[in-house]
Amino acid sequence: MSGFIFLLVVFPFLLAGLLLATGSNRIRRLIVGVGVTGVMLGALCLALPGVPESVTRLPVAPELVTRAMLVAEALITLYLLGLSVRLRQPLLAALVLAQSALLLPLELGGGHHVAVARYLGHDQFSVILALIIGVVGGLVCLYALDYMQEFHVTHHPDLRDGRRGFFAVLFLFLGAMFGLVFSNTLLWVYFFWEVTSLCSYWLIGYKGTEESKRNALRALLMNMAGGLGFAVALFVLIRGGGPVEIDRLVVSTPALVLLPASLLAFAGLTKSAQLPFSSWLLGAMVAPTPVSALLHSSTMVNAGVYLILRVAPVLQGTAAGLLIALVGALTFLVASLAAIGASDAKKVLAYSTVANLGLIVLCGGIGTHEAVWAGVLLIVFHAIAKGLLFLCVGVVEHKIGSRNINDMSGLVLKMPRLAVMLLIGMAGMFLAPFGMLISKYAVLRAVLDSAPLMAVFIVFGSAATLFFWIKWMGCLLVVTRPYENVEKNIGRGKWTALYSLSALTFGTCMLFPLISTCLIEPYIRTQYHLAQFTPMSEGNIILMVIMLALVALFPLSFLNYGRNVKVIDPYLGGANAEDGSRFNGALGATREMSMQNYYLSEMLPEAKMMRAGVIMACALLAGLLVKVVVS
Amino acid sequence: MSPWWRVLIYLVAAPLLGGLLAGLDRRISARMQARLGPPLLQPFYDVAKLWSKERLVVRRSQNFYILFFFLLTVFTGALFFGGSDLLLVFFALTLSGIFFVLGAYKASSPYSFVGASRELIQMMADEPAILLTAVGMYMVTHTFSVHEIAAQQTMPVLLLPGVFFALMYVMEIKFRKSPFDLSSSHHAHQELVRGIATEFAGPTLALIEVAHWYENVMLLGWIFLFFSIHWAVGLAFTALSFFLLVVVDNVCARVKWQFVLRSAWRVTLVLGCGNILLLWLLEMFGILKLNQ
Repeated sequence: MSGFIFLLVVFPFLLAGLLLATGSNRIRRLIVGVGVTGVMLGALCLALPGVPESVTRLPVAPELVTRAMLVAEALITLYLLGLSVRLRQPLLAALVLAQSALLLPLELGGGHHVAVARYLGHDQFSVILALIIGVVGGLVCLYALDYMQEFHVTHHPDLRDGRRGFFAVLFLFLGAMFGLVFSNTLLWVYFFWEVTSLCSYWLIGYKGTEESKRNALRALLMNMAGGLGFAVALFVLIRGGGPVEIDRLVVSTPALVLLPASLLAFAGLTKSAQLPFSSWLLGAMVAPTPVSALLHSSTMVNAGVYLILRVAPVLQGTAAGLLIALVGALTFLVASLAAIGASDAKKVLAYSTVANLGLIVLCGGIGTHEAVWAGVLLIVFHAIAKGLLFLCVGVVEHKIGSRNINDMSGLVLKMPRLAVMLLIGMAGMFLAPFGMLISKYAVLRAVLDSAPLMAVFIVFGSAATLFFWIKWMGCLLVVTRPYENVEKNIGRGKWTALYSLSALTFGTCMLFPLISTCLIEPYIRTQYHLAQFTPMSEGNIILMVIMLALVALFPLSFLNYGRNVKVIDPYLGGANAEDGSRFNGALGATREMSMQNYYLSEMLPEAKMMRAGVIMACALLAGLLVKVVVS
Repeated sequence: MSPWWRVLIYLVAAPLLGGLLAGLDRRISARMQARLGPPLLQPFYDVAKLWSKERLVVRRSQNFYILFFFLLTVFTGALFFGGSDLLLVFFALTLSGIFFVLGAYKASSPYSFVGASRELIQMMADEPAILLTAVGMYMVTHTFSVHEIAAQQTMPVLLLPGVFFALMYVMEIKFRKSPFDLSSSHHAHQELVRGIATEFAGPTLALIEVAHWYENVMLLGWIFLFFSIHWAVGLAFTALSFFLLVVVDNVCARVKWQFVLRSAWRVTLVLGCGNILLLWLLEMFGILKLNQ
């Protein structure tokens, strides 16, 4: 097993190279199939109990790896500088140059003097992330095979077929994410961090339209701003002789490493699309659906909250931590309210991602062990359910030609299996007793013990989430007339991904006590040096399982479908004409009935609220800056 | 008393009590309007009659949702009277409400659709205050357990007057009373007003009615917790609160949904959250010592 993690990180990079080399569709399918199996098995192997410490060993000299990264970083810097010239973006150039100016002297001159004991790390938290990256990310790649075929051949024959690069970047992304979660030295984390920013730039701009180019650039700029924060953190750490390893950083005296930890958390805020940086993730939905699924569920945004939760022990009980928690709480509330006014399914999903990440950031900012436990749990449930939802919406969009929620009415007849999967995903996102609820419960408890006023954000935000999810669920169920079933020619890769994620959504809810005791609780115990930690009383867990079992019985009632009932037409306020969807209205005209959702756009104007949120979040970040500078 | 006994008593007694309260409500309302009103047991007669009616549906699966609405409502109450966690009770309550709304969506008629949408707005309006009640209780008693809160024998209302007022405000929504009976009124004078229940008939409508009885008894339990110093005091204040709800129902006209949402959130934010803020400040400056 020696050197296993190194292999796991390098493997997707190698595949990316292979994918870039081949133009053949069939070979690409083969490579992607092998690659996905590889990353999934690799992640699963690491999750097995009793994995020896030797997996973190490096088969090559660490200096060699560092040097290779340095070369790659220099190439990235040159590429980005070239890009800024080509796009006439002085801001991008400034960000890139600032980062290089900070780090280049250190890396060339003093870089080798930075004593690093462990380059790679392996604990339960990184294993959880690796499982999400490998399993959910792998399934998204499988799905992408079918999706991109249909995308280019049926729906966008006008676009340039860049699938060769597309799949290479997907694997590059997975590799970088593995690297990010398994690196123990922040210098390496920083390298992978930059690679994910670049990958997301390429993927968001894939279509090559004006809009996608603009949004890709915005994503890049915001992530580079976060990268600058990261670079400053590294600069401060190395100059101050502080530890550059995560495992030593979190056990240092908090006062000494608070500044770099806050800067790292700031970088996390940008990557996790918190206000005021949410617009890049909302704009990212112009990309093909697998990209959205990858960014929202298994890769990009998780990197941000991963880092914040990592430094949470340092932030615990500090003013900086409180400010970061406030940014998260504010983002949760504002994004949840904004989602009510959105009718585009992908936009609703994007807002809900931003909102959920807000909750996780809130947990990280508070930083107590209960809060971090809740945060990790939220990452798990969110990744799976959100991945499923995005993939479903992608299929639905291709089949019914729209991703407006109102157009999805009757989906339960048009695409029954997809509708059920969407319902499972949504239930997983917010419904009791599924995952999110367990986490929301935990978040609320954690918040109340340290900062009760934050509960106000959760209280109002979760009421809003309820509204937009159920509105959508209801739409799927409404049936006003017979529809044709259009659930055909979906492809094996897509079905595999969809079925697996549905099963995972349900499975993680059922098995959540197991996930908690085997992975999350041991991590929390070591991080916080606790002898004992039981985040939830046994009685409550039993009650939740009973509730889940009760809800799981619901499909059984369909055994009784249509028995002992007399079917009549709905009441339409006038005499019904022909079938149940028309009625004789005024002046003898036959009218079609129609039903539209509420969006409350006058009371909760989406754009205006987001703008207000950005301003408030900027104020909070300014507060953070002042706080950091003063201390 | 063991929790199981309490749950058993709840399962049997809650529908009886809920039905009687419904009958009492109609009698009191009638007296306020200078009418005689129906017999006290009229709600039971109504339900019995509904039970014997034909099962008419628009969509074949619509009644399943109502069955689960009923089961989960009963389950919620059992959690509460079993002395479980207030947050769990709240989440179960939301879940049961969701099944009701989904059933109305499934029925797929314009009136039930509008009713379902309005019910959702009502849920969004009342949720913050109810959740804040749990938060406030936790701040004052340091526990979410209903059993422990009741066993402490204190008057949480003294420390949480704002939260109590916010809860009473949204209780008017929860009990489906004017001025907030948007999604489904007890008085079926027009289709829009019957809203969410428009397409449910016969035994299913009876089930909705009985579920509301269960729910109402549980909601009165939440009010009781604010006065749990002695069971007699608690019951007296709970009865008084119920009477107040009926009075407000009779003196108010139905308002628009915009007003419901806006006012409920404002009341919750100003009085409920203001109350929490004040408590927190008082505790932080050491003026008030909340029992640990």
